[in-house]
Amino acid sequence: MGERFVTRGFVGRRDAPGAGGDLRARTPPGQYLTSDFPVLSAGPTPRTDLDRWSFRIEGLVDRPIEWTWDEFLALPARDWVVDISCVTKWTHLDMRWRGVSVDTLLEGVELDPAAAFVIAWCDGDYTTNLPLADVLNGQAFVAYEYDGAPLRPEHGGPARLVVPARYFWKSAKWIRGFRIQAADEPGFWESLGYHNRGDQWLEERYSGD
Amino acid sequence: MTGDREKRMAMDEQLVLDGNAAGGLLAAAYGADVTSWRGRCVHCGTISVVATLRVYVGGPGTVLRCPVCAGVVIRIAETPTGLRLDERGMAELGPGR
Ligand SMILES: [Zn+2]
Repeated sequence: MGERFVTRGFVGRRDAPGAGGDLRARTPPGQYLTSDFPVLSAGPTPRTDLDRWSFRIEGLVDRPIEWTWDEFLALPARDWVVDISCVTKWTHLDMRWRGVSVDTLLEGVELDPAAAFVIAWCDGDYTTNLPLADVLNGQAFVAYEYDGAPLRPEHGGPARLVVPARYFWKSAKWIRGFRIQAADEPGFWESLGYHNRGDQWLEERYSGD
Repeated sequence: MTGDREKRMAMDEQLVLDGNAAGGLLAAAYGADVTSWRGRCVHCGTISVVATLRVYVGGPGTVLRCPVCAGVVIRIAETPTGLRLDERGMAELGPGR
């Protein structure tokens, strides 16, 4: 996260037209651009054997569903090119991922009418909470490739949630499933003073922002 | 704190430090140097000196984990309205006996 990763030339020229202006327009308030992919972890990197990995959707669904690693890879996937912003203030434009849309995953279950929130749970006991409305309609996906290669463990591999429209702590690493709930339930950082929604365009860093 | 953190981030991909690295932050949270204090991990029962905890500078905040079971024992977040401290994972935290 040192100075060498900051592309100040683009963010500094306020009246420059063209690409610089486009990059500026894509940088949320209070963020700086980087071409690096910093690693930030709240704990040791879990090493889950792919033979024992699964992704499970449970809670307010007609019947829980669970995919093995091979089954997950067989789900319809697509490439995603998205801008990512971390609450530690870096923004990385055009990050290339491959993964499965949350819409596709939820096609495997029937949601209870009371379903309103998704709790993403992970290896390493991390959780994050999102309203269902924030992850539907192509707004979120579970990624297993980054930049054309399998997602590395330090970046959340074998699979991580990616929610580009929210600060990156919502993009839970080492994800293993969704628990669908009627009631919201603040996750690991949301319960310690970080914003419950985390919209980077509104600078929702801390609760009360 | 932030500058040091960023330097360490640039050097280490898997950032693991010991409890002394969080000494300043802990002192701000507790109003005392607590690195020599002891507490019992509520997850596995191990009694550890704070200086031997595993520290993860985990993005938004700082996470201290038990050196034996890796369970979360203390979490600290620096917010504009002050430090947020969660020490529910560490029982009987106090000066060493
Ligand atoms: Zn323990």
